[in-house]
Amino acid sequence: MTVAVVGAAECDLGHTGRSAQHLLAQAVRRALDDAGLRLCDVDGLATTSRLPATQLADQLGLCPSWTDSADAGAAVFERYVARAVQAIEAGQCAVAVLAYASDQRSARSRRLGGGYDRGTPEAQFEQPYLPLWPLSYYAMTARRYLHTYGLDRGDLARVAVAARARALANPAAFRHGAGPLTVDDVLAAPLVSSPLGTLDCCLVTDGGGAIVLTSLDRARHLPHPPVAVLGYGEAVTHAAMATPEDLLTTGVAASGARAFAHARREPADVDLIQLNDSFTVSVPLGLEQLGFCPPGSGAAWAGTPVNTTGGGLSYGHPGQLGVLLVIEAVRQLRGGCGPRQIPGARTALVHGTGGIGSSHATVILEAA
Amino acid sequence: MSIDTEIPVDEVTEPWWELTRQRRLAVQRCGVCGLAQLPPRLLCTGCGGDELELGAAGRRGIVDSYTVVHRAPAPDVAVPYTLARVRLVDGPILLTRLVGDFEPRCDQPVVLTWLPLPDGRALPAFTREL
Ligand SMILES: [Zn+2]
Repeated sequence: MTVAVVGAAECDLGHTGRSAQHLLAQAVRRALDDAGLRLCDVDGLATTSRLPATQLADQLGLCPSWTDSADAGAAVFERYVARAVQAIEAGQCAVAVLAYASDQRSARSRRLGGGYDRGTPEAQFEQPYLPLWPLSYYAMTARRYLHTYGLDRGDLARVAVAARARALANPAAFRHGAGPLTVDDVLAAPLVSSPLGTLDCCLVTDGGGAIVLTSLDRARHLPHPPVAVLGYGEAVTHAAMATPEDLLTTGVAASGARAFAHARREPADVDLIQLNDSFTVSVPLGLEQLGFCPPGSGAAWAGTPVNTTGGGLSYGHPGQLGVLLVIEAVRQLRGGCGPRQIPGARTALVHGTGGIGSSHATVILEAA
Repeated sequence: MSIDTEIPVDEVTEPWWELTRQRRLAVQRCGVCGLAQLPPRLLCTGCGGDELELGAAGRRGIVDSYTVVHRAPAPDVAVPYTLARVRLVDGPILLTRLVGDFEPRCDQPVVLTWLPLPDGRALPAFTREL
């Protein structure tokens, strides 16, 4: 363990009226301020393919020696943590900034059917049936999950209820002032793609953020206690809805197992779980696949805290949640999260999922 | 069903699509390892071989999972409709639709039917076995 996260910040969240590129620059500035570093210290930069690092570097007046701009959905930021660690260890850059921002709520750019590239097999063999993308995939996963374990929609609703309760303790959450949610509220909300209703689905908000990584040696001279990257793992499983043999054996398992092995940790060591919750079913299935609890029991999970911000369901979801999952983990491990602080939190697991459960990356962070 | 644009084909998948004009469902079989796969690919996902041929698929399948879409992905699309993952007796899973008046469930047996397309091709769909 030689590299640490030294800066972390969100850009504005919700309905901002701002454009993505300026939200992105705002996130970078705030994360650098948090790290006690300046723009001229940055020589590594990663964003997503939607707003490539080339563009952001120009916007910021940087000529970085390491960049990345991959298209791997929300998993990409957990993957970038691994890539940044490797780049810093290899001497390719000294200070890496990983940044994301979206104006999807202000720009009304989110489409239920998603966007199929005409050159893909899915454009021929899946799009003609008009699935909601990614929603219908998670809906079929949820249906199979409920069928296999003899559960019903009420069991999944508890996940949304718990997320709202956490958002009420987080002033930055989009639903912070919305009041508590009940299982009946979730069940009464209109169905979108059964068994998932509107309150089983993540929010659509503007937002994003940035994190700053550098060597652990340098991190010890910066303002905040460093949060070391202890280990990481990845997995890619499919692009098409028809490909997975079993909807309930996801890439979370392989990615998580690789990260635990790399970090030499196990689920019992983890004080905080930050898990992509684009849909309610992702939480119980994710906890089970990571090895925190047995199959079919995740909806009743009351162990290690999960998604302390309120998550994608009640905090905010700017299209790709990955960077925000890391930011909250860093804050919790530093301490000082106010009413939502997990006392003595020392180790966090962050798992990002992209596409239709297609790409996965897990990072294990520890207060150094 | 409403489909805005003509469904694309490529040089590997075109023969499969042509068979749908005769309402024939095909799977691609590997001459080396025997694996059946869909959609048609250049290489076998089982062994990497390229000796692949289209062969007739069985008409029966099992519903792996399904979802009823209540919110239209585009303004001209009528809802609700039922999407499903159906596992063919030959092995491959298809994303498809369930049609006809029945309450679907996971692990239910279903049988092939066709949804005609304006250009004479057709989309495989499934319905309850009589
Ligand atoms: Zn083969």
